[in-house]
Amino acid sequence: MKRYSAFAVAREGLRHHAGWERAWKSPAPKPSYDVIIVGAGGHGLATAYYLGKNFGITNVAVIEKGWLGGGNTGRNTTIIRSNYLQDPSAAIYEKARSLYEDLSQDLNYNVMFSPRGVMMLAQTHHEIRGYQRTAHANALQGVETEFIGPERVKELCPIIETRGPRYPVLGALWQPRGGTARHDAVAWGYARACSDMGMDIIQKCEVTGVTQEGGQVTGVETTKGHIGCTKLGIVVAGHSGVLADMAGFRLPIESVALQALVSEPIKPCMDVVVMANTVHGYMSQSDKGEMVIGGGADGYNNYTQRGSFHHIEETVRALIETFPIISRLKMLRMWGGIVDMTGDRSPIISPTPLGNTFINCGWGTGGFKAIPGSGWATAEMIARGTPGPLAAEFGLNRFREGRFIDESVAAGVAH
Amino acid sequence: MRITCPYCGERDIREFTYRGHALAIARPAPDAGEAAWDDYLHLRDNPAGATQDLWHHGPCGAWVIVDRDTVTHEVAGSKAVAEVKR
Amino acid sequence: MRLDRSGGDVAPSLSFTFDGETVRARKGETVAAALLANDIRLVGRSFKYHRPRGIWSAGPEEPNALITLGRGAAQTPNQRATVQEVYEGLEVSSQNRWPSLKTDLLSVNDLAAPFLGAGFYYKTFMWPRAFWERVYEPVIRRAAGLGALSGAPDQEPYEKAYAHCDLLVIGSGPSGLMAALVAARAGSDVIVAEQDHALGGRLLAEVEEIDGAPAADWVAAAVAELEAAPNVRVMSRTTVTGVYDQGTYGAIERTAMHVADPGAAPRQTFWRIVAKASILASGAIERGIAFANNDRPGVMAAGAVRAYANRWGVSPGKSVTVFANNDDAHRTARDLAAAGVTVAAVIDPRADAQAIGDYPLFSGAQVTGTTGRLGLTDITIRDASGKDQSVWTDCLAVSGGWNPSVHLTCHMNGRPVWNEDLAAFVPAPDAVPGLFPAGSADGAQSTADCLRTGAEAAIAALEALGQTTEAPALPKAENGFTGHTPFWLVPGKKRAWLDMANDVTVKDVKLAAQENFASVEHMKRYTTQGMAPDQGKNSNVAALAILADATGRTIPQTGTTTFRPPFAPVPLSAMGAGARGKGFAPERFTTSHTATEDLGAPFVEAGLWYRPSYYPRAGETTWRQSCDREVQMVRNAVGVADVSTLGKIDIQGPDAAALLDFVYTNMFSTLKVGKVRYGLMLREDGHVMDDGTTARLGETHYVMTTTTAAAGQVMQHLDFVLQALRPDWDVRIASATEQWAQFAVAGPKARALLDVVLDGPIDWAAWPFMSCGNIGVAGVPGRLFRISFSGEEGFEVAVPARYGEALYRLLLSQASVLGGGPYGMEALNVLRIEKGFITHSEIHGRVTAFDIGMERMISAKKDCIGKTMAARPGLLDPARERLVGLKPTGAVKELTAGAHLFNMGAEAVRLEDQGYITSVCYSPTLGSFLGLGFLKSGPDRIGETVQMVDHLRGVKTEVEVCNPVFFDPEGGRMRG
Repeated sequence: MKRYSAFAVAREGLRHHAGWERAWKSPAPKPSYDVIIVGAGGHGLATAYYLGKNFGITNVAVIEKGWLGGGNTGRNTTIIRSNYLQDPSAAIYEKARSLYEDLSQDLNYNVMFSPRGVMMLAQTHHEIRGYQRTAHANALQGVETEFIGPERVKELCPIIETRGPRYPVLGALWQPRGGTARHDAVAWGYARACSDMGMDIIQKCEVTGVTQEGGQVTGVETTKGHIGCTKLGIVVAGHSGVLADMAGFRLPIESVALQALVSEPIKPCMDVVVMANTVHGYMSQSDKGEMVIGGGADGYNNYTQRGSFHHIEETVRALIETFPIISRLKMLRMWGGIVDMTGDRSPIISPTPLGNTFINCGWGTGGFKAIPGSGWATAEMIARGTPGPLAAEFGLNRFREGRFIDESVAAGVAH
Repeated sequence: MRITCPYCGERDIREFTYRGHALAIARPAPDAGEAAWDDYLHLRDNPAGATQDLWHHGPCGAWVIVDRDTVTHEVAGSKAVAEVKR
Repeated sequence: MRLDRSGGDVAPSLSFTFDGETVRARKGETVAAALLANDIRLVGRSFKYHRPRGIWSAGPEEPNALITLGRGAAQTPNQRATVQEVYEGLEVSSQNRWPSLKTDLLSVNDLAAPFLGAGFYYKTFMWPRAFWERVYEPVIRRAAGLGALSGAPDQEPYEKAYAHCDLLVIGSGPSGLMAALVAARAGSDVIVAEQDHALGGRLLAEVEEIDGAPAADWVAAAVAELEAAPNVRVMSRTTVTGVYDQGTYGAIERTAMHVADPGAAPRQTFWRIVAKASILASGAIERGIAFANNDRPGVMAAGAVRAYANRWGVSPGKSVTVFANNDDAHRTARDLAAAGVTVAAVIDPRADAQAIGDYPLFSGAQVTGTTGRLGLTDITIRDASGKDQSVWTDCLAVSGGWNPSVHLTCHMNGRPVWNEDLAAFVPAPDAVPGLFPAGSADGAQSTADCLRTGAEAAIAALEALGQTTEAPALPKAENGFTGHTPFWLVPGKKRAWLDMANDVTVKDVKLAAQENFASVEHMKRYTTQGMAPDQGKNSNVAALAILADATGRTIPQTGTTTFRPPFAPVPLSAMGAGARGKGFAPERFTTSHTATEDLGAPFVEAGLWYRPSYYPRAGETTWRQSCDREVQMVRNAVGVADVSTLGKIDIQGPDAAALLDFVYTNMFSTLKVGKVRYGLMLREDGHVMDDGTTARLGETHYVMTTTTAAAGQVMQHLDFVLQALRPDWDVRIASATEQWAQFAVAGPKARALLDVVLDGPIDWAAWPFMSCGNIGVAGVPGRLFRISFSGEEGFEVAVPARYGEALYRLLLSQASVLGGGPYGMEALNVLRIEKGFITHSEIHGRVTAFDIGMERMISAKKDCIGKTMAARPGLLDPARERLVGLKPTGAVKELTAGAHLFNMGAEAVRLEDQGYITSVCYSPTLGSFLGLGFLKSGPDRIGETVQMVDHLRGVKTEVEVCNPVFFDPEGGRMRG
């Protein structure tokens, strides 16, 4: 693989870009592999990448029903943060965040990780208590956050109306090294690096069945024929239930659509990422100038990758309340991504009832920010056959046993 | 989406809150065993296609079972939970 | 320039400014028409290379001519000059240029273009590592964006509105009008939505006849008929922006954007229209041809050029040329020549092209380049023999054919299908349930076909609604100009633009293919093709054709084009109308709100409610002083607090007791009439949902109290239990939260206060702790509950809400006589922590009955919600963090909510974590800070000393683990 560099860009610029190679190959599948990863989204590609990089396992195929990076990796609001309350969550999200710091250099692909800071606004006294508690927990977890007052909020993001008459900003949980990255580039960068290690990324290849013998997986049936494997990793987000069904087990997951929208591009007006959970809206400005706005998840089980109106409307209402100056902007595009939600809003990284078969799913609304950490932990689990410290508490059995890692914010105010 | 409340007629989705799959109305016996309760509370078919789920119509308080498609959002029908269980 | 037309065009009567220069305009013109009339071609700068750009289209699809309206708080960026109507005094500014439109320093980007191809930024800016966030990205960000926000909040009014109809007709060209006429005559309830201010669509822009008279006459008659029909609502300036489920459509109306002084009228209105069926008559959008430097001001869509000429009497150039692969575009040459404009050349790549008027035709020829720095001056024509010649022209009208406006058919994931004959995508059948495409949106190519398919679609739609209609007599109309041969690009080495708004060129698409971004989605994302404000309306199909060619596939093999909502950008101001400031969420006030305001109490939000924080008195300068006084007042005299925000659910029926036994962990069927009991409610997964007291007012009548936060959730839960799990029970429930005003009266002098207020005399011996009943309150029938959340002898007195304010004022005036008064949330919190009572700070959704020491409240005698799952191993793990009281014993006497607990001597790191503090207060009663918290195996460690570490403030202190009930653990004071 030819390396990307400023020099390469200059060289190619002078010869009509004739020398750029394919970013990744498009091979036909081999009869079998050591490991098959189903799903060439960010998590699947990162898993393959760290199998190669950390464990030297490169006889790997990543099989994708559509086009690589075409699921949630390319349909999110690109926020990266790790300010979670529960220890296992903070650990894996912080691992991911710290890997993002060097990911461009690691992959030789500019994923534009931009640690411009993430603030989560506290607009009720209940939220102040919650975020202060998180700040204390983060201090223990080694996640750099602080609870800041409204003056500092205004300083960091002048376009916030901190004295709003309905929900004034009372403070915020501030993670200075949180931020955003270019979502497509994360998938493309991993794909290019995997391809370069000799792994096969097989797009437009749908898995139609899982084959097994004596309780051990032997391969997958696909629209391009049977492909054998020693180990199987299922990393398909919203479609996990379908794959689990093929492998003969069920999951504690429901798929819902997560709503987002972007505005037309405007001149820079905010540097940081702001999340306002009381009013259900979050926003950042992309390097192109678009305001990237995330809303809530549709509260109901669905697979439609499209925007549903009433959530977006509520999100827009919320943002006008908190950022009154943006109301003259126009919504350019709205969409929905299908996310797989568990009951405790934490992921599953786990061996499954089928031998040598592993699953990574249930990231809910937190998938993009977790990609490198999730890939790291999943690769470790697949390579060793058992979850390592990052994944240990995200097992499938925790639901049955009542050992939740509950990240859902319990609604509530004092008596 | 628009959903028909059996008592009030067709209404915009904003009048409803969602609870999950309609299997929630079939609560296992206390001694049904761990697997039955795991099925009831956690494990889901999560179908891409036809499903039956539970919606609460806030204005009248009715719980409604809605037959719908999770891919197309087509709503095939709805009935009051109270009628189904009677 | 303005054309001198017979028919008496009125002289320009108003003026507006463009970048400060006055421009004369006619009423009803768009900004674009007025600028072209005044020979202004340079309107903006492109996004990436800052290339000079003009006006391409005559409609909402405009990729180039984006402008800013107004100044200060009224400044609106990124408006389309081709849509905005002029009015007297309108201020228009160009965008994305500095210092001026003609001299834009960032046009230096254009010189660096060889290095700034598709995706170049993924390949560089990585070294040195820290430079991305410190140097490269800040520089890129500063150059981003088109228009700018003013920074001032928008004060103008916007509105949201709702409509219902049988048939929504989207668009009012020949097919839309015909469909509307058919449905109107059939008596259907019809809405016609047209994005333009005038109905008629393309018929306003063409020179043609219907039934032997000018098409405009037919349009006028049709519009008059529709406007007169009582069952038809005509909505002009209304763009249907999105299709949602079950026939719900979003639409944006530019209600008063065309008026100089709209007063209180909403500037824009966001409509939600629910239609049983709809006709998609949205027309078609002309596509360009890619050739070298095809983006200069003066290069325009051919249909737009003749729209300006025919509709507004404006010629976009003095010497017009046409470059097109279809017969339709020849009409531009014919019409302009007929209007007296010089038509210098028509270049048609088809060898067999025929002229339809008096103009020089180059058949089998191509345009290979253009010149003109700030606007087109010349084009180079390569004729059929391969010979090049240069022709002077200031307007090149381009047409590569028409793309049906299929956008709305994609909003529910429908994928349009490629039609080889039309060389265009047409709507997939049944892409949207109940939506019937017609006219050129469905691929019709002539006015006659549009009229016919409009009528047919209306008949089909009505039939689907169960109405039968006879086919109408169709007017006679134009039926030619349909010849075309697909032609996408003129080969060459120079840059040829596809997506003008995002500066995507043919080379970019080819580079994407070369680097294996061969899927359409990869190509789009890699090149940003179709991501600009026009969302690819003008260029997606051409880009797909070029990708197909570069990858050796057909267009259908390569993929399809799709569009997400909205069809046209929707202003957030209209979508969020009403949400500014307090409009965002309702405010709920208790009946004592005004009286509390009168006392100067600051409020704190509690869900949607507002409750008093504390009641400052003269001389008190901090909240703590007020709070300490209020606590002592309750402990020593009497305090009054409004507790009406707690949820109250009235439960009646023979099976009321059975319901309560099932939803609470403890027994309520054994509760005697006239008694109150504390109850704990679990979720089915075994965690605590809520707690509260429930009173038995009669054999079959209970009143349940919930926490303020959980009132709605509990009500829904009870609805579920009754309808889904136990429909056999005979019991009815109703929320009574707002029907009753309820006040806590607590303290040693509580009886004395109530003696004055209640209709007496009261036999207090008959009101032991946890009793309840009906009682007269100052002559009004009310209720009295002897319960306490403060640890003092306490009562809650309730009256119908309309008497709430009077009772509150009465209680306060009488309390002051006894040395008592009101207390707020701060004091309430101290009182409850002193007593170890929990709130949602403790029952925060992750705790079990076991965690809060209430596992024995789960009755062994019966089933209840959550009982089975509460017995799971994970929920009974002895190592779980469980509720304890905490008292500082070290040098630092203060506690911090959220701080963590560690064993003495242990390092304060995550692996040594023993628990955390949930609530703290200063207790004036005990003269100490107190805390509640969760500690691993807590109840087994009473008496131990642990350390609290507040990492945020760098504070450490020793704390004693205690029973959570700090004050009066025997409860003697409560019981009296």
